[in-house]
Amino acid sequence: MQLPYAATARPDTGVTNGKLGTWLFLASEVMLFGALFATYIILRVGATHWPHGAELLNVPLATINTAVLITSSVTMVMAWASCAQRSLGRFRLYMGLTILLGAVFLVIKYFEYAAKIHHHLYPRTNTFLAIYFTLTGLHAFHVFGGMVLNAYFWGPGVRLWRENPEWFTHRVEHAGLFWHFVDLVWIFLFPTLYLL
Amino acid sequence: MDEHALDIKKHVRIYITVFVALLALTLITVAVSYLHLPKVPAIALALLIATVKGSLVACYFMHLISERKLIFIVLIFTGIFFTGLLLLPYFTEMDVVGR
Repeated sequence: MQLPYAATARPDTGVTNGKLGTWLFLASEVMLFGALFATYIILRVGATHWPHGAELLNVPLATINTAVLITSSVTMVMAWASCAQRSLGRFRLYMGLTILLGAVFLVIKYFEYAAKIHHHLYPRTNTFLAIYFTLTGLHAFHVFGGMVLNAYFWGPGVRLWRENPEWFTHRVEHAGLFWHFVDLVWIFLFPTLYLL
Repeated sequence: MDEHALDIKKHVRIYITVFVALLALTLITVAVSYLHLPKVPAIALALLIATVKGSLVACYFMHLISERKLIFIVLIFTGIFFTGLLLLPYFTEMDVVGR
């Protein structure tokens, strides 16, 4: 199967169709998270009392999770660089690490959620927790989605490497764009929910 | 191919530098939160640091530093609509329609 302009840039746009599609998808994602950030601002400005994130949330765990996600972004970009250098072995190593770090993030997130439930802190408890669970929950779904995508390229998707390594490299780059976007969202969620 | 490989090696060095900068900025933003600054400077500083971190990720990991014009056109429109979304709370507070 050969899709048009999958492995080479389209002359009029200057990019592959896949890259343009990925960026358009990310634009829609910006609107999704943007709407929820706007909701957060409305709830916070309208509230008579708003807790400091650290009163209810675990800042050290979230700091570790921030470092985990940043590290996973580096391993993701190294996975792409390994493809560009035509080293499948190193690609598999870095992509495997990226998937593993995604799993570490979700496990830490699970412990955070479990502690909240244990202390009877639910989304219905107050508006802060409602928006906290909504934003971090949606973000966690994105981490999981990114892991599924990355696992595909790590596993069965590799067959494209043997047929068309150039195309495969582009697809890994696009998966990377999504993964870095998820990291970028967390970079804003972390101070907004935990530190302010 | 050799030139290409050299280019990638240069990229890798940049990725490591960005990685260290991102970790340092994370520690700084957490440290600043323990200073318990007044609300407005605290929010401004936290968002400034987050914006710098976000820009580093977008420019270097997402390769925006060397991206084509069309992607920037998409992003300009995204930026306009995103700003509109974030202005909605302001319009709500000011009640510009109901007044």
